[in-house]
Amino acid sequence: MSFPETGFPITLTVNGVSRSLVLEDARVTLLDALRERLDLTGSKKGCDRGQCGACTVLLDGVRINACLALAVSHDGASITTIEGLADGDVLHPVQAAFVDHDGYQCGFCTPGQIMSAVGLIREGQAGDDPERVREGMSGNLCRCGAYAGITEAVLAAHAAMNAPDVLPGGNLSEDAA
Amino acid sequence: MTERMRHGASIGQPLTRRDGPAKVTGAARYSADFHPGGMLHAVMAVSAIARGRVTHLDVAAAKAHPGVVDVMSPENAPALAKSPDEKDNPFAFRLDLLQNGNVRYANQPIAVVIAETLEAATEGAALLNPRYEAETPSVELGGETIFTPDSVGAGSPTQEGSGDIEAGFASAGTRMEATYETAAQYHNALEPHTSVAQWDGDRLTLHTPTQALWIAKGRLAGLFGIPQENIHIVSHYLGGGFGSKGFISSPQILGIMAAKLVGRPVKLVTRREQMFGSVGHRAATRQTLKLGAKADGTLTALDHHTLTLTSRHDDFVEACGLIARHLYASEAIATTHAVSRADIGTPIFMRAPGEASGSVAVESALDELALQLDMDPLELRLKNYAEVEPITHRPFSSKALRECYAQGAERFGWSKRPRQPRQMRDENGLRVGWGMGTATYPAGMMQGEARATIRADGTALVETAAQDMGQGAWTVLAQIAADGIGLDGDRVELRIGDSDLPNGGLAGGSTGTATSGSAVHAATQGALAALEDLAVNDRASPLYGAGNAGTVAEGGRLARRDDPTRSESFSDILARAGKDSVEAKGTGAGDPASRKTYAMHAHGAVYAEVKVDPDLGQIRVTRLVGAFAAGRIVNPRLVRSQYYGGMIWGVSLALHEHAVLDTRSGRVMNPNLAEYHVPVNADVPSLEAILVEEHDPHVNPLGIKGVGEIGITGTAGAIANAVWHATGTRVRDFPITLDKLLG
Repeated sequence: MSFPETGFPITLTVNGVSRSLVLEDARVTLLDALRERLDLTGSKKGCDRGQCGACTVLLDGVRINACLALAVSHDGASITTIEGLADGDVLHPVQAAFVDHDGYQCGFCTPGQIMSAVGLIREGQAGDDPERVREGMSGNLCRCGAYAGITEAVLAAHAAMNAPDVLPGGNLSEDAA
Repeated sequence: MTERMRHGASIGQPLTRRDGPAKVTGAARYSADFHPGGMLHAVMAVSAIARGRVTHLDVAAAKAHPGVVDVMSPENAPALAKSPDEKDNPFAFRLDLLQNGNVRYANQPIAVVIAETLEAATEGAALLNPRYEAETPSVELGGETIFTPDSVGAGSPTQEGSGDIEAGFASAGTRMEATYETAAQYHNALEPHTSVAQWDGDRLTLHTPTQALWIAKGRLAGLFGIPQENIHIVSHYLGGGFGSKGFISSPQILGIMAAKLVGRPVKLVTRREQMFGSVGHRAATRQTLKLGAKADGTLTALDHHTLTLTSRHDDFVEACGLIARHLYASEAIATTHAVSRADIGTPIFMRAPGEASGSVAVESALDELALQLDMDPLELRLKNYAEVEPITHRPFSSKALRECYAQGAERFGWSKRPRQPRQMRDENGLRVGWGMGTATYPAGMMQGEARATIRADGTALVETAAQDMGQGAWTVLAQIAADGIGLDGDRVELRIGDSDLPNGGLAGGSTGTATSGSAVHAATQGALAALEDLAVNDRASPLYGAGNAGTVAEGGRLARRDDPTRSESFSDILARAGKDSVEAKGTGAGDPASRKTYAMHAHGAVYAEVKVDPDLGQIRVTRLVGAFAAGRIVNPRLVRSQYYGGMIWGVSLALHEHAVLDTRSGRVMNPNLAEYHVPVNADVPSLEAILVEEHDPHVNPLGIKGVGEIGITGTAGAIANAVWHATGTRVRDFPITLDKLLG
């Protein structure tokens, strides 16, 4: 059976680019809109119910689980995904820190971890306290057990981004930073 | 972004991952990230009962939903060339591919809905509203007839031992007996089992995560009745396997069948709750340890009996007894296994299969024995240090376990540990406990092949169908290739994760790097030999006539071994010979003679500190120090990550993971990542992994042992022992949760 003619038009600003799409179904999550409609597959689906954090993106600058958000509820929103973090070939400080500190193994949770870390650093809640970083990153499961490297990476990125004499690289425009 | 890569003579360097930039930018495409044109979405419906049969599916309701294209059920599933129940080798585990309406465990696939969108397929699956003829399931350990299996684990003997166990107990001054239970655990890789399948006539292109591309290719060729070369599996990135992706699973194959049914590409992604059924798990165990010792701690008897579960329809037996066959010297050893059947999905290999569950019981038991003997637990282990492999009496190919014990103990501060429990508190009044355990895992090898090509532009190409599931194959195989061929890493192109490449073996059993790395090394040596052959027979080459002296490769040049000033670049040799490239294939496999002569295992020692709230029973691991010896370390940065990952799995086994089965319905009651607990970042303490030097001339030419699984062993027992040391309460039922401390 085919879909009805009418749909749900929405416009999202994704990684700084305006994207308009007509959803044939109101049940499309933000995650599935990104992955299946916009081919932004960096955000991952690990559980589809907000328990693993692999789908973490920034929604108007705040980290959320994209699998728990309905796309139609966020018409007009600004979204930053893992694909929008680096500035061309220059990695965002959090991305660079994950490479340097081996904050990953299989890499499946990594986009969510990194977006969550960017959000956490922005929230200014954890600072340079490893315990608070661990708590603040605990919505993002890593089954490989790369937590030691993840914590180190977040602390190192926090230090790099807060160093007064260093301009942070990467896309730190209003959307992402 | 390649500037983040570091270069240099490769093996032993802590290089960052070659696949790192792709992974941190979202550019790395995992199986579910592929969308061939015209692709449909498939969603499985799974059984809500554990035993019986499906009597009705409301296919009409599903098909009436907008966007639904078809429903695949036993009525219309494409015919297979071979029955999914046919078992032509012990590891061809029986599959559930809609071959009939029978249900043999909860969450078994019973239908697949295929639709234009994921939302429509999901709703369609819900609309099927299955009706069943249910039978009473049995899912309890020992709930049905207990029998002795033919073999355990990967074909190990069910029973093995040495000496007279009764005499051993008779001569013991001290005896202890205790029974330990471990819970059913599910791998729960973050990436669900996925297929993106596309048929072109009788040719199949498949994006699916698999730890063993060629094994998967072989199974699919048999099921679909097509030649292996018609199957192209692409799996460049794999989002966690831990054994659950060692053999291709039913959901992955159902996606392929769905694509065949509708004649369009199909994506099928297993839902998280559906992963508690048809994709394997680590079965629950009940293990009885009986130990006998002299007053000085010398073991006279070590008896380890395991009772575990397998499915009603297939055989896989958790081999807990292997640990006791390899680890401690004892005058007599007996290891036995028994199993009972249940209406569950077939258990399968899960990170350190057998060893993980076995280790926690053995290490707990030794701790209990140490208390009875009033001995330090480390002293007891040193007292029974195996100088040769117990039972077989073979020498070890290498064994730096003493150094592991010593370096770990020194770093941890073990010598300050009070012998008695409940002696330490922190500044907040939490009880503090210290425990330790021995880690061990076999240094096995599979068979694999690789192809190396040296090209006229001075670069090399190395290819093998190995898999990187996070252990670092993309990086370490390139390191091995770079050193093998005498090139900088950035001049080596590596291709892996593709079934059209030479068989790379299995990323599993801690054999991956040893096997595919040996194959890569052998291939590079073959390609260099071909290059040398060109040069030494060419009068125009400075290497002419160097055949007897031989050549060495370094920095993209071949040089005379006896006169390094006489050398020539790879490019010049090939250019003058008028060739674009030379290539060779190499094989990696264990040498049967040395594997007969020597026992080959990695070893380690793990020390744990826990803090327990005296009022609430809340347990936190606060410190873990592991010291491991595993032969040559190709990349210390990545090896440390493997140890950390294993140690966190040890935390998980000791304190977190527990699939709770409802014995009436046979269903897992916590099939999700909120209620099936795995460690989060805040659960993970300060970790330290010491890489203890070990040289192994026998295990393979590169001296590599595996590192992926050993970290779990030792760790779980160390934590259990630390909990006892903090509280004085010995919990023998894993995971250790606060209710068991307060009860």
